[in-house]
Amino acid sequence: MTPLVSIEGLSVAFSGVPVLRGVDLTLQKGEALGLVGESGSGKSVTWLAALGLLPRHAKVSGSVRLDGREILGARAAELDQVRGGRVAMIFQDPASALNPVLTIRKQLCEALALHRDLSGEAVKAEALRLLNLVGIPDAARRLSAYPHEFSGGQVQRIMIAMALAGNPDLLIADEPTTALDATIQAQILELLSTIRREMSMAMVLISHDLGVVAENCDRVSVMYAGRIVEQAPANQLFADPVHPYAQGLIGALPPLDGPRRRLTAIPGTVPDPAHMPDGCAFAPRCALAAEPCGRTSPTLAPIADNRAVACIRAEASRRALLGIAAE
Amino acid sequence: MSAPLVEVSSIARSYAMRSGMFGRSTAVHAVDGVSLTIPKGETLGLVGESGSGKSTTGRIVLGLEPPDRGEVRFDGKPMAAVGTRAWRAQRAHMQMIFQDPLGALDRRLPVATQIREPLDIHGLGTPAEREERVRELLRAVELTPAHGVRYPGALSGGQRQRIVLARALATKPDFLVCDEPVSALDVSIQAQVVNLLCDLQAQLGLTLLFISHDLRVVRQISNVVAVMYLGRIVEIGSADDLFARPEHPYTQALVSASPAPGRRSASRIVLAGDPPNPAARPNGCAFHPRCPRAIARCASEVPALSAVGGDRKVACHLVTGPQVETRDAA
Repeated sequence: MTPLVSIEGLSVAFSGVPVLRGVDLTLQKGEALGLVGESGSGKSVTWLAALGLLPRHAKVSGSVRLDGREILGARAAELDQVRGGRVAMIFQDPASALNPVLTIRKQLCEALALHRDLSGEAVKAEALRLLNLVGIPDAARRLSAYPHEFSGGQVQRIMIAMALAGNPDLLIADEPTTALDATIQAQILELLSTIRREMSMAMVLISHDLGVVAENCDRVSVMYAGRIVEQAPANQLFADPVHPYAQGLIGALPPLDGPRRRLTAIPGTVPDPAHMPDGCAFAPRCALAAEPCGRTSPTLAPIADNRAVACIRAEASRRALLGIAAE
Repeated sequence: MSAPLVEVSSIARSYAMRSGMFGRSTAVHAVDGVSLTIPKGETLGLVGESGSGKSTTGRIVLGLEPPDRGEVRFDGKPMAAVGTRAWRAQRAHMQMIFQDPLGALDRRLPVATQIREPLDIHGLGTPAEREERVRELLRAVELTPAHGVRYPGALSGGQRQRIVLARALATKPDFLVCDEPVSALDVSIQAQVVNLLCDLQAQLGLTLLFISHDLRVVRQISNVVAVMYLGRIVEIGSADDLFARPEHPYTQALVSASPAPGRRSASRIVLAGDPPNPAARPNGCAFHPRCPRAIARCASEVPALSAVGGDRKVACHLVTGPQVETRDAA
């Protein structure tokens, strides 16, 4: 089966500084993939580059195929069919993604007119259906309201409605709940998973929150300094992380129940993209780093069904984890 | 339990808010009858969503804002009037850390100068002693004197928050109010700062009021946790017990909304409705319009925060009320 999206060797450099250093990723139809990593790890840039949304001075190379067709560097007209049509994107700050001086109806209808063969009353009916679908109460009346008249959670619902206007096969949700309160975050995540199931839509959930990703995705890719360092089914990654960075991220998360333990903080900070260390980018912060780690940069290699890790110390790292678990 | 360092008794604070340019002004009750006690050397965690009044509570406790009603006592004495000499002396014993370290630092001054500033203001030590104290503080937050000569822009987010922490500790305070101190940091850096804060607290015997929306971080650092909703405390109790067995329906929803690796979302309680608006506080229990278990009484009668056994207190008719009726029966 052709994957919905397949990304190979995707690299991005901003004025000579590499920020994405060869990302390989495939996404099956209807799959939910989580992308976690700290700020600057390249989670968002991966998808902005894939959809040709980066500024012109960004140097992008590699390959991005949608249903087997190359879209990297495709003509603008072709990309317009993809963006908002086959692939939609929602962002962290929904309020700045809407036009404050236009009504919700105008903005929803604009998206519908661009991506669907609808006209006149049909457009309005569809706009109403979408607003109902995302759970805006009293939708018929609220269509003529402006963005500032909605709460943060409702604005994110409206953004989701607009993203659904083109009947996308893939929704890229970039930190969709980061700006929202906990109970509202739960509502939005619930909405996204319901919609995904009903429309059998694939989703990429970009988040710095491991918990959010774990609960809402089938598969997770962990990114560090512009590369994917580990890829695994969500439940396996959290039960048995292999890459020292993935282990560190999970150990840094305070537990909500059980005994309190000292957090295992990862020492140091993320490397500056302009002064990337030789070899493995994580080696300077890694407790398990050995001499060869500083020489060559490890590639993502399969370690089990559906699992891959980019670490030459993967075996040692796994043993260390089991050793801790056995104590 | 040692003697309380901070005692807050039924403080309230409201602001006048105008809706639109010509609208009538309405009173927004940001904090409404909050009482807290923090024993020396312990940490009280304050959780709640935006608009719950947790930051306002922190500001009143520090004396940055006067309460409309109620009283704050620090080390057994009432807070002195703002601006007086007694107030300034008291304030040297309490400090605050905010969420955004870049906003709290001056971008045009080397960070060592900024750590030194409180010492200059409060006239502590000779110039040479002050220099030594700055070096000592940098070491305490696990930075080197080389970091001291840099400007805030040349430091990472986690390093900046350490500088803010060092500056707050300069006057050797007894009490620290931390308002979302790690919310803007990445997980691995957040863990560094949380560990550092725990270590410093143990070394220096600090008393902390730790304000955050992140339940995990709050549990990690707190002895007692208070949950706020629309300006009132709805539940308070010891940290581990509160998160393991939340009694108030709002706390239950908060705990269940906190995503956990390894758990699927099937068991999650999803609250209906929007986040609460402090300007339009519902009658009765402020939470009743969103509460999945509300009964008729919740809409008319404000539940009082009452002890339910152990050190737990809950403000909910369903938990404390004598009669339990369902909405259908009512």
